Amino acid sequence: MNKIWLVIQREYLSRVQKKSFLLATLLTPLIFPSIMGIFLWISIGESENPSLQIIEVVDENNIFFIESSEQYAFSFSKIGIEEGKKMVNEGERFGFLYIPKIDLKNPSGIIYYGEKNPSMGLISFLESSIKRRIEEQRLFESGISPEAINAYRTKVSIQAITFDNTGEEKVTDATVNYAIGFLAGILIYMFIFIYGNQIMQGVIEEKSSRIIEILVSSIKPFQLMMGKIIGIGAVGLTQFLIWIVLIGGISSIVMGYFGLQMPQQQAMELANPEIGEMMESQGNVQNILQVINGIDFFQLTLTFVFYFLGGYLLYGAFFAAVGAAVDAPSEAQQFMLPITIPLLIGYLGLFVFVLNDPNSNVSFWLSIIPFTSPIAMMGRVSYGVPFFDLALSMSLLIIGFFFSTWVAGKVYRIGILMHGSKVNYKTLWRWIKTN
Amino acid sequence: MEILEIRNLTKTYGNQKALSSINLTIPKKGIFGLLGPNGAGKTTLIRIINQIIEGDSGEVLFKGERLHPKHISQIGYLPEERGLYKKMKVWDQLIYFARLKDMPAALAKERVTFWLNKMEISSWKDKRIDDLSKGMAQKVQFISTIIHEPELLILDEPFSGFDPLNAEIIKNEIIGLREKGITVVLSTHRMESVELLCDQIAMIHRSHKILEGKLADIKQKFRPNTYEVILSSLKEVLPQDWDFRTINGNSVFTISLGKESPNITLMKLMQYGEVVGFKEILPSMEEIFIQQIKEHSYE
Repeated sequence: MNKIWLVIQREYLSRVQKKSFLLATLLTPLIFPSIMGIFLWISIGESENPSLQIIEVVDENNIFFIESSEQYAFSFSKIGIEEGKKMVNEGERFGFLYIPKIDLKNPSGIIYYGEKNPSMGLISFLESSIKRRIEEQRLFESGISPEAINAYRTKVSIQAITFDNTGEEKVTDATVNYAIGFLAGILIYMFIFIYGNQIMQGVIEEKSSRIIEILVSSIKPFQLMMGKIIGIGAVGLTQFLIWIVLIGGISSIVMGYFGLQMPQQQAMELANPEIGEMMESQGNVQNILQVINGIDFFQLTLTFVFYFLGGYLLYGAFFAAVGAAVDAPSEAQQFMLPITIPLLIGYLGLFVFVLNDPNSNVSFWLSIIPFTSPIAMMGRVSYGVPFFDLALSMSLLIIGFFFSTWVAGKVYRIGILMHGSKVNYKTLWRWIKTN
Repeated sequence: MEILEIRNLTKTYGNQKALSSINLTIPKKGIFGLLGPNGAGKTTLIRIINQIIEGDSGEVLFKGERLHPKHISQIGYLPEERGLYKKMKVWDQLIYFARLKDMPAALAKERVTFWLNKMEISSWKDKRIDDLSKGMAQKVQFISTIIHEPELLILDEPFSGFDPLNAEIIKNEIIGLREKGITVVLSTHRMESVELLCDQIAMIHRSHKILEGKLADIKQKFRPNTYEVILSSLKEVLPQDWDFRTINGNSVFTISLGKESPNITLMKLMQYGEVVGFKEILPSMEEIFIQQIKEHSYE
């Protein structure tokens, strides 16, 4: 209706025209690429003049050999533990690895000494080197010739391909899907909280400044509430779109600039260690591109926008109701729990269940129930969801939205005219029950 | 013809009665005073007329029709608790309120310009409300109430927050609106403004209507039959209990007639001296108000 449109306009313009909006919208996307840029800059600097770190190794078994890499060199000797430690202390060595006489069936007692905490990468590199050597040694001891051992060492990587009814095949990769689901879910979670809070603040402002009495003598409370929710949602969407354009633009400039100076794989690895690891184990950049090509971005974007808005609208009404029930922002805390808990369940569920096993029972329910589905479903969508699940989840979300605005509308209508009275859950329930 | 007719209107909050079958007729044109102590139910009644809340039973007729959202644009409302968007500019704010009352954009601009000029505040139109003084903001608030040219204007304590100078401006505006044929409902505690402005009043106390009628009639009804007498060139010494004062050689006192007619009293007074003044004292609204509240509080 015409009046809702007026409210939407006011809510939208009064926020978009603020300097703080302009600042946040323009600066936030700069932060992400510039942090990335700084990392790339530092790492390029490092890789151009790598400082080789030497690690002293003492092996009482005389069987281990660890291959040096670009970053680490290994020097083998027979010095004592105290001597080795001293070398590290004096800065002659980066670290000191001590391998005592060990039982190959049950190796233990291997110690790494270092002044600095060793990186996970170094430790796992050392572990896998030693492990491989032990395995070889044991195979050798059981009578298999070293040639045979070498001949049997094969690298395996599985390429996952999904196909739909039409027989169209897509190369998939769990890590890429994981990253997309992870990002989309978090974005929705943050969007609901940030803009939901703005709704609440706006309602409290109108209520505490008493402007509400004039407003509701001109417009139905429900229209006012919906106008506010939609108007602020539009602000969020605007900000979000600008961010996408800016981040996309700036990132490609930054990546493009540094990409010329270093192999792309390394750049990607730095940007996202997980992707880097995966690529190492699985293949090359070609594969990643193939996976990304296999994702239906059109469908992904559509579902993202749907859950993005659906989740916001569903919770937005609750935020409005909380704002209406209290006199000041400081009082709002007591009513935040029913909003925070389901959102948190969706958020945690996304990590614990959905992203790890998108087709489990828990994941199914999390992505169907309207209160958690906006976040949880994004974790499934990136892996591909059966049409039925998606349709059910979407319709339930729409129903959930009508339900939440209906309930919130009742609280809102009465709450906005109440001043100075103590409101608790019992009063809220009474408001919901009254016609 | 009446602009507003309220029939058997009842409203209860929990187990607290806010309005007990109120019947009220507000005629077109003129200023109608809605009186009553705090918590009497005035605000509830006003909110129902403004369709902010609904009554439990009874009905409200606006120009003979049951109250309907379409009437919103014909009613203007200035609540007791004032409020404007603090961060919004005066101009944007007034346009917004005019548009919310169904005014077309072009007309809204025209009217806002007109009123800003009339109130001599057009130089503030790009200022935000929180940059204005309280009195300035009140003026903007008043304009927002009448910007859509309502037929019925409901003002709840319109003079609070104004300094005497601005209160005078607002008072003159209200009188001007009455002359234009707009009906004004004035809810206030300030009896002197009731006396000055209202043509007709109703008094509400503890959710009941206890008094209604033309201001002049009510004053007549509650006159205590007391006269102010001025005597000059006394022939006799006045009785002590008459409690007279001497002003410019004249003796001035009030006399309560009781059941006597004024003529008989006059004849008696003539014996004491020359009757220069003999004038009935009408009660002030303040006295009627206090007396009525007291009377109905013991029921």
